[in-house]
This record gives sequence, structure tokens and C-alpha cells, in this order.
Amino acid sequence: MLGLNKKDLQLMLIVTGLTMLAPFILNPFPESSGMAQFNAGYPDLMQRFVIFGIFAIGFNLLFGLTGYLSFGHAAFLGVGSYGAIWMMKLVSLNVIPAIFMGVIVAGIFSVAVGYICLRRSGIYFSILTLAFAQMSYALAYSVLTPITGGETGLQIKSTDRPIFSSLEEGETGRANLFGMDMRQSFELNIGDWLFTFNAGYYIAAIVMLIAFYVSIRIFRSPFGLMLRAIKSNQTRMSYTGLNPRPHTLAAFVISGMYAGLAGGLLVAMDTQVGPERMFWTASGEVVLMTILGGVGTLIGPVLGAGVIKYMENILSKINKDVLHEWFAFMPDGLEDFIVFLVYPFIGKGWHLTLGILFMLVVIFLPGGLVEGGQRIGKWIKNRGKAKDTGGSTEPAE
Amino acid sequence: MGILEVKDVGKRFGGLQALGDVNLSVKENTVHAIIGPNGAGKSTLLNCLVGKLIPDTGSVMFDGQSVLGRTPHEINQMGISRVFQTPEIFGDLTVLENMMIPCFAKRDGAFRMRAIEDMMREKDIVEKAESMLVDMNMADKHHMHAASMSRGDKRRLEIGMCLAQEPRLLLLDEPTAGMARADTNNTIDLLKQISDERDITIAIIEHDMHVVFSLAQRITVLAQGTPLVEDDPENIKGHPKVREAYLGETA
Ligand SMILES: Nc1ncnc2c1ncn2[C@@H]1O[C@H](COP(=O)(O)OP(=O)(O)O)[C@@H](O)[C@H]1O
Ligand SMILES: [Mg+2]
Repeated sequence: MLGLNKKDLQLMLIVTGLTMLAPFILNPFPESSGMAQFNAGYPDLMQRFVIFGIFAIGFNLLFGLTGYLSFGHAAFLGVGSYGAIWMMKLVSLNVIPAIFMGVIVAGIFSVAVGYICLRRSGIYFSILTLAFAQMSYALAYSVLTPITGGETGLQIKSTDRPIFSSLEEGETGRANLFGMDMRQSFELNIGDWLFTFNAGYYIAAIVMLIAFYVSIRIFRSPFGLMLRAIKSNQTRMSYTGLNPRPHTLAAFVISGMYAGLAGGLLVAMDTQVGPERMFWTASGEVVLMTILGGVGTLIGPVLGAGVIKYMENILSKINKDVLHEWFAFMPDGLEDFIVFLVYPFIGKGWHLTLGILFMLVVIFLPGGLVEGGQRIGKWIKNRGKAKDTGGSTEPAE
Repeated sequence: MGILEVKDVGKRFGGLQALGDVNLSVKENTVHAIIGPNGAGKSTLLNCLVGKLIPDTGSVMFDGQSVLGRTPHEINQMGISRVFQTPEIFGDLTVLENMMIPCFAKRDGAFRMRAIEDMMREKDIVEKAESMLVDMNMADKHHMHAASMSRGDKRRLEIGMCLAQEPRLLLLDEPTAGMARADTNNTIDLLKQISDERDITIAIIEHDMHVVFSLAQRITVLAQGTPLVEDDPENIKGHPKVREAYLGETA
């Protein structure tokens, strides 16, 4: 079905199920319980999960398949965001043209950047992309202020009058999909649980599912095979009559367009952009997401994006008071000591936790969280088998 | 006129004249061996034929067209395939995938974007790759990781990948170097079979005299970057110049 083989179809269905039910799955704790702060089922964060999932899926199409490590992918995300917000400011507040604009602008930009950077490979390619991204950041921050709004960035103002809109005098436009506001939410109260179904999240989630589906198709296509061939042995590739250059450029541009799509969606959900979106740390983040989840796997990048965004938004909100509350049952001295030990890993220290997690994964699970999952799966299977063979006392013949 | 005509090719590396005025003519549908002591310039000559190196002087014509100034993939698409001294295969891919790539290259050319189709549903490609694996006696290795195979199998796969492109000229650079006797004999048999069964010209660089004299119909002896003699195998064996320059070491 859908032109996918059985395994891929299964994966697609699982991902579809999980994203559609995310408001439930991410809110497992009752509102009044102490664990409620670990709930991630609020619109803003759920939107981030899927949008950065798209960003990472696209990044993985380049890095996972061809092995070219771009260290400047945030530039495409940023450019996509700028393109989208101008579309909203000038043409229409509907998110569809804005998102399209984000993809197109990022695509054009990545043709130019890719054409130049792909003249080199390995670390030189990475450095070139990093240089491009930092240049873009610096330009957006200073020289290009008329287009980018400089340090403060761009947002939709009450003076913006897009061509296709019927705003009243002085009314500030809002992103919508044929009239449906992105911030529109439906709340469901069941007992002590509160589930939020947000229009913006579902739109972003559907876009992510499409992006994920397309990425599966690319992975399984002749083009995907060629990209893996490039990663494996470029010499053999050239001497087999295949030109690696247009292949890598195409992968680079597709990947850049995914980043632009993510950038456009970010604007559609929250109508503002700043240059910091292109800063090198943002480029580094998508590298971490992909490696953490599993480079070259289908679902890995989405998992990695989820884990990192979860930590960034949830772990970072736990402060000293919360810790004291948790460990209040302990004797005072011990409580202080434990809090002292745990504190560096939470709140602003969440980066430390991420760093340790990242190191552990790279050292022990080179295939990322996906490999971890596969190992657990195998272990469970083997345990079942061991029982079967161990339990059977009858002779084989 | 041979299918491959090398005229006055010279190549310098700094102060070293690696090749000087090499002339060589390879006739269609023959096996032509190029032999010579280490450092004679055999690999350099081969690299000049496939676009890896550009000679300083002279011309290289394949089937009436110059190959000079073309990139390796363009030259390959003209009909020249190359087997490397150490097997170059796609180690991360399966054996079947390895074999499918040259089939795609043959059908679709140097670049064609087919990003939505399912590669396993390209029936003609899969069938061709599978039948090639049968020809290479590797049908059972199908889903193996190419990198995990033995050296001899990698060599077989590489030769098979080159043949899948149906090249007119197959170039081999010391295909049996570092191989055990049994693997060497297997490779000889395979190459013999290939040259008997297919319309293909083979140019082989080889160090191992056993291989050369079991395969070649014509031999060029290269020494210090220049061809000493070009003749039939019987005449080469007893040639005094050759004995002096090359066979003398072993005889
Ligand atoms: N890329 C290169 N740069 C400098 N010298 C080279 C290069 N390639 C080969 N040579 C030199 O050219 C000579 C011929 O080398 P080569 O063609 O590899 O010999 P053969 O394959 O016959 O053993 C050798 O002296 C070698 O050191
Ligand atoms: Mg050599």
C-alpha cells in the first residue's frame, strides 16, 4: 500500500498513530499531580516536536544517505522563516502560501550554497557550510536589516496589510488556514486529565507525516541507492559511470527545502522570526538530533528531535525549589546534598544532561536510539526463544 | 586500427618521467597484457586511460574518440570499465545493491533523478543484477554486506559489476595481486570465460607471469615508462630484451 513495503508501511502507520494521538500520549500525568510538569502535551511544544522532526528528517536525507555533514543547515531554516513571514506580511495570512514560500526560498538558497560547498567533501565541506550559515546570520543581524528586521527580527504588525486579507483598521493579522486560526484549540477534560487539541499542531503534524512519507520513498528509490553509494565509495561510483556531483547537489537541495519547510511552519505557528534562528548552535542542534536518534535510519531523526526538544523545554524548567519539593521526605542534610548533586543536570544545566546522554549514545549505541530499540527488541525475542528451547525436553528426533 | 589507440603519451611527476612516449594499440576482442617491473608506469598508464590522470603529451583514442579531458564517469559511459588493484566496491551495501548500481548507470546514464520510484520494483534492473550474480557464482551471497566478503569474492563482485555495464573495454590493474593460488586460478578461469563468451576487449596489467601467459593473446612490456616490445606471448617469453628487463629477475 502507498508504494511501501510491509515494514515501511508498518512504521508509517505507527508514526501516524503516535502523532495523531500525541495530545494523549504526551500528557500521561494528572493535572494536579507533582508529575504534571513532565507533561509535554501542550500545543507550543508539540508543534516544536513535529517541526524539528521535519528539520531533522531533511537533514538526515543529506547526512544519513550521502554522509555529507552540513554544519549550516539552520541557515535554510532561517531563510525559510523570513520568506514565510514576508509572504504573510505582504500577500496573505493563509499559512499555505507562506509555507510554500519558505520552501522555495530555502530551495533557491541551497542551490547556491550547495553548488559552492559541494566542491569539497569531508571536513572542508562542513566548514564551508558553517561559514555560509554564520555569514547569513551576520548579514541578517546587520546589513540586511531592512529585509530581516535586524536584531529584533520580524513579526506581523497592526500596520501590515496583506493583499489578500480583510483586516479591519488597526487589527493585527493572525496566521490561519482558510480562516482557521493556528492557535485555535479544543480542550478535553477527562477526570484530572486535560488534553489539548490544537489546530496548528495538527496541521504541522500532517505536514510532518507527508515529509516522513516522502523521505521513506526517497530512501527506497534508485536515487536513494545512489546517495548511499556516494557515502560508501565515491571512487567506484565515478568509475561506474555515475556523476556524484548532481546527486549530492540534489540531496543537498531537497534537504535544504525540508529545512525551509520547517522554517515556514515555525512562522505559521508563531508569527515571528529573529536571526538567532540561523546561529551555529541551531545548526549543531539538528546534527545532535540526527546522531542521537540514529543517522541514516528513517525514524531516528524524529526521535532525536523529540528527545532534545523535550529536554530543552521540560528539563530546563525544573528549578531548585522543585527539587527541594521532590526530596522533602529526606532528612534535611541528605536532602540538601541530593539537591546539590542533581541540580547541575537540570534547569539551565540541561545541556550537561544532553551532553552526557549524547556521549553515552555515541559510545555505546553508534546507531543511536534506534539501535537501542532494536537491541531491546532482539533481547526480548531471544529471551522468548531461550525459554522455548530450554523448556523443550523432548529429543529432536 | 585497434579499439584503443595510445599515441606518444608522456607523463611527468615532478622530476620523474613516469611515462615517456608510450604507444599502444589494443585490438578489438582480444586480451592484451601489459607487463613490466614495479614502478614501470603501468598503473600510471592505466590512470591516463580512464581520466584519473591527464597525460602531458600524446593522445588516447577509444573507438575513434579522444578520451582526454573527459571525467572518469564520462569515459566509463563511453564503454570503458575499470577493475582496481584493491577491489573498489560499495562495502556498506548488499551484494545485490552493488550489482544494481551499474545496471542503473547503464540504463539511466550519469545522472537521472528517480527519487519516488521503488528500486526493488524496477524489474529489469533487479533481474539483470540477479542474473549477473548467477553468472559470477554469487547468487547465494545476494543479501550479504559486500564489505564482509572475502577478497576473492570482492574481486569477483567488482568484475561482475564492470561486466553488468556491458563495456567494450575492460581494464584490470593487477587483479590477482595479493591473492592465494586458488583464488588466482579462479580469477584466471573467470576472465577466460568472460573473454570467450562476450564481445569484450580486455586489457590487463599483471605482475604474475602465470596469469599473463594463461590469458594474453598480445603482450606489451613496459620498462621505465617506455614500451620495450609488443608481441605475441610465444615471442615474448624468449625475447632477450625482455629477459634482461623483467623476466631476468625470475628466470
Ligand atoms: N601520483 C604520483 N605522484 C608522483 N609519482 C607517482 C605518482 N604515481 C606514480 N608515481 C611514480 O611513477 C612511477 C610509476 O608508477 P606506477 O605507474 O604506479 O608503476 P607500476 O604500476 O608499473 O608499478 C613510480 O616511480 C611511482 O613512484
Ligand atoms: Mg601498479
